[in-house]
Amino acid sequence: MDHPTTVKILKFHAEKCKGCLECEKACSQVHFKTKDGGEKSAIRIVKTDKGYTMHVCNQRGLCLDMCPVGALTRRKNGGVWLDKDICIGCQACVGFCPIGAMRKSDIRIEPFKCISCGSCVRACPEKALELVETSIAKIQQVVYHKLGV
Amino acid sequence: MVEGQITIEEYRTGNTEHSWDLKKIKTAHKVLATYSYKKGEVNKGYANRTLYVNLTTGMIKEKPVTDEMKKKFTGGRGFGLKLLWDSIKPTTRWNSEENELLITTGPLCGTTQYAGSGKSLCLSVSPSTNIICDCNVGGFFGPYLKFAGFDALEIQGKAIEDVVVVIDGEKGIVSIESAPLEEINTHLLSDQLTQMYATENTDKSRQKVSVVSSGLAAQHSYWGCLNFSFYDIRRKVPRIKQAGRGGLGTVLRDKKIKALVVKVERFDGVSNHPADPIALAKVGIKLHREIHNLDRYQCNMRAVGTGHLVEIMDAYDLLPTENYRFGSFPKASKIYSPKFYELFTKIIPDGCWHGCTMACAKTVDGYTVMTGPYKGEKVTVDGPEYETIGACSNMSIWDPLWILEFNFYCDTYGIDTISAGTAIAFYMEMYEYGILNKERCNGLELCFGNADAALELLHRIAQGDTGEFIKVAAKGARRVKDWIIQNSWGEKQLVEDTGMESKGLEFSEYVTKESLAMQGGYGLTLKGPQHDEAWLIFMDMVNNAIPTFKMKAEALHYFPMWRTWFGLNGLCKLPWNDIEPANNVETPEPSKVPEHVQNYVEYQNAMTGWNVTKEDLILQSERCYNWQRAMNVWMGRGQRKDDWIPFRAMGPVTEMEYVSRKERYDKQLVEKLGLSQKDVEKMTVREKLTVLYEFRRGQYKKLADAVYYRRGWTPNGVPTPQKMKQLGFTDKKMLKMLQDKIDADEKNGLNVWGGTYEKGEQLPSTEKRYWEK
Repeated sequence: MDHPTTVKILKFHAEKCKGCLECEKACSQVHFKTKDGGEKSAIRIVKTDKGYTMHVCNQRGLCLDMCPVGALTRRKNGGVWLDKDICIGCQACVGFCPIGAMRKSDIRIEPFKCISCGSCVRACPEKALELVETSIAKIQQVVYHKLGV
Repeated sequence: MVEGQITIEEYRTGNTEHSWDLKKIKTAHKVLATYSYKKGEVNKGYANRTLYVNLTTGMIKEKPVTDEMKKKFTGGRGFGLKLLWDSIKPTTRWNSEENELLITTGPLCGTTQYAGSGKSLCLSVSPSTNIICDCNVGGFFGPYLKFAGFDALEIQGKAIEDVVVVIDGEKGIVSIESAPLEEINTHLLSDQLTQMYATENTDKSRQKVSVVSSGLAAQHSYWGCLNFSFYDIRRKVPRIKQAGRGGLGTVLRDKKIKALVVKVERFDGVSNHPADPIALAKVGIKLHREIHNLDRYQCNMRAVGTGHLVEIMDAYDLLPTENYRFGSFPKASKIYSPKFYELFTKIIPDGCWHGCTMACAKTVDGYTVMTGPYKGEKVTVDGPEYETIGACSNMSIWDPLWILEFNFYCDTYGIDTISAGTAIAFYMEMYEYGILNKERCNGLELCFGNADAALELLHRIAQGDTGEFIKVAAKGARRVKDWIIQNSWGEKQLVEDTGMESKGLEFSEYVTKESLAMQGGYGLTLKGPQHDEAWLIFMDMVNNAIPTFKMKAEALHYFPMWRTWFGLNGLCKLPWNDIEPANNVETPEPSKVPEHVQNYVEYQNAMTGWNVTKEDLILQSERCYNWQRAMNVWMGRGQRKDDWIPFRAMGPVTEMEYVSRKERYDKQLVEKLGLSQKDVEKMTVREKLTVLYEFRRGQYKKLADAVYYRRGWTPNGVPTPQKMKQLGFTDKKMLKMLQDKIDADEKNGLNVWGGTYEKGEQLPSTEKRYWEK
């Protein structure tokens, strides 16, 4: 089987961001057909003392080995993808995501996450977001299972 | 070693592959009875009906679950007790026509968001104890049974030929089919049936099938276990979890059931239709995160499963070795969890139900079998769990590979590793003393550490060997005690004191000599000596947190009730206290894990829409706990005499044991028994043993007094009609039976305290018939 070797991940140019949250609105449109953004968006922009930070899946794929039914896979584009028809809503991936980027909205039981679709990039009026290609081998992460680690 | 992020389809176990002519095997099935039912949805955790199958008559029908039944019995084991009460007689024994095998679920069973929510509760009249035995077990069967439409499966009667009972939740059909050609041993049978009944030839389809089976040894032994399958899409094998205790697999085979099969069309995260799915997901995610953050610093379940206990038990002198003579052993480090960690496959979710991130169900893949009919084959071994490792240390087996061998054959032959290991350890001790020998053991050299001989015993049991020893050995420690005593081969007291069984069931794998509360945790139980009612050793022995009889009795009330609650709901107990919130030690009662208790309150409310408090949870349990005890009384047991435990559980039986811990025991003679140091020095070991023996037996009797009083029972351990009424029961047959029993006890002088109380020592109550007040 051919495996993807690269994946596109989101890069955030904090200095350009003005906090308009257009990216979140675009994202919630993709996932839930609403412009609500916020908890319905896979990308979150958070205001801190030092400006804005982005919070989104980094496609390392630690969750892949967590899924008991095989609903999480790497798609051809390398992105980690949740098939909500297979998902049985256990939230293991949500609880075990080290950066909290696998999200659960109150709307439905199945979680959702960034699929590297680029909607947010296109929606950002300030060009603060960018999709960059990176090698999977370099970023991939394995669920912890080592003694004492 | 595979390090993860492999594509699911590409993972290989390296196991021996089988090619069966499944078409031929299936064509040989004759449908003996079928029943079509209307598929329905589960609502707030209940399917609202149970399924009754009679193998003698071929009758299959539904029974409604009423609100009254939910209120009094909650679900799971509670429903099982209610259904048994309606169907069996006080004279029913394990092989009686009317005996039933029940598999029940519970309102929280099948939830995927909260770790440990996939347990089935199995009940039947046990061959070992002649009373009801309840076992909880993982695997997919229970959740699938509910999603297929039933809160419980109740099987009565016996088939005349080997059958499978199939519950097809896809089509809404239940059938009894003859099954002449399938294998009987689980690792093969489970695989055959999973493939045979999967709708499509895909792993995802096979994952929607679950099989309950046993094995060849179950039909010749009282140790028969039930193996519940859960298909692993990565390993591509049906893995198994066991309902081990009390011989339920023996009942399965006595009914000529080869297997039970259930399959579901589909299910998702809200198939239970919880009243408040949002609140449920929130509390579930909170626990997932806690496990993620803390497990590696606490129990390390995700890496090594319950095997992490081996080194702890060894360090605290609690790991049973050489039939519980000792609690630690110089060779024990050979079987510490890192040794098994090296053997486990490490890439996989490893929960025995979806969403359980405790993930304690470890396996060794591609294990090469060393003995018996499958010698040379490569197989997946589920486990070993702590109890199996402990069963082996009890036999003085210190090689991880032999432990895997024992684990594999017990599972596939369908016998309980705990009962088998504990009983064989006893036979080994008898062998060491010459009470048993090679001739008396049908040629087996059953000395401590002889793993080969232990395995040979299993093989011969599975083959149906008719040697006198093999036949009686397969029935367990109680029957072997009687056999040895009948033959006058050994001193009766020694045999009674060293064979570790109570009520006819073998002990599980903890040394209880230095914890009186834990002795009660094993003896003052419903089904026999197991560790699922109470585990109080650290609280009692290490932390000395419950020094008085009254405090121990309180613990032996609260914890059995609390732990019973899991069985009413279809839950596993491990996520309650094998992971603890970071601030748990700072709470007023850390042993109760208050934050997790609150989780369960929220969980049950979110599922059912009830508005219960933590006190209500205990009340739910207390109802069922007393009901089961009352049923034991009804069946002629469940009284003080039945709650006795062998002295090996209370203290040192032999001089060797005393000498090995001389300092500890000498000190106790001074500090606890009030002897002078000088006197102790003058006494022989035999004399010291005798004094300790009497003292500790007396302590146990006083403990029983305190516990019975706390539980609201008579001094003979009988639940009173007053208590039952207080719990909300109005069943006239039950109340009258209890009153008659208490009146009979009164006539026979049994309503008196068991302990001998010195001046200044307080009796639990000085009032006669205190329970009537």
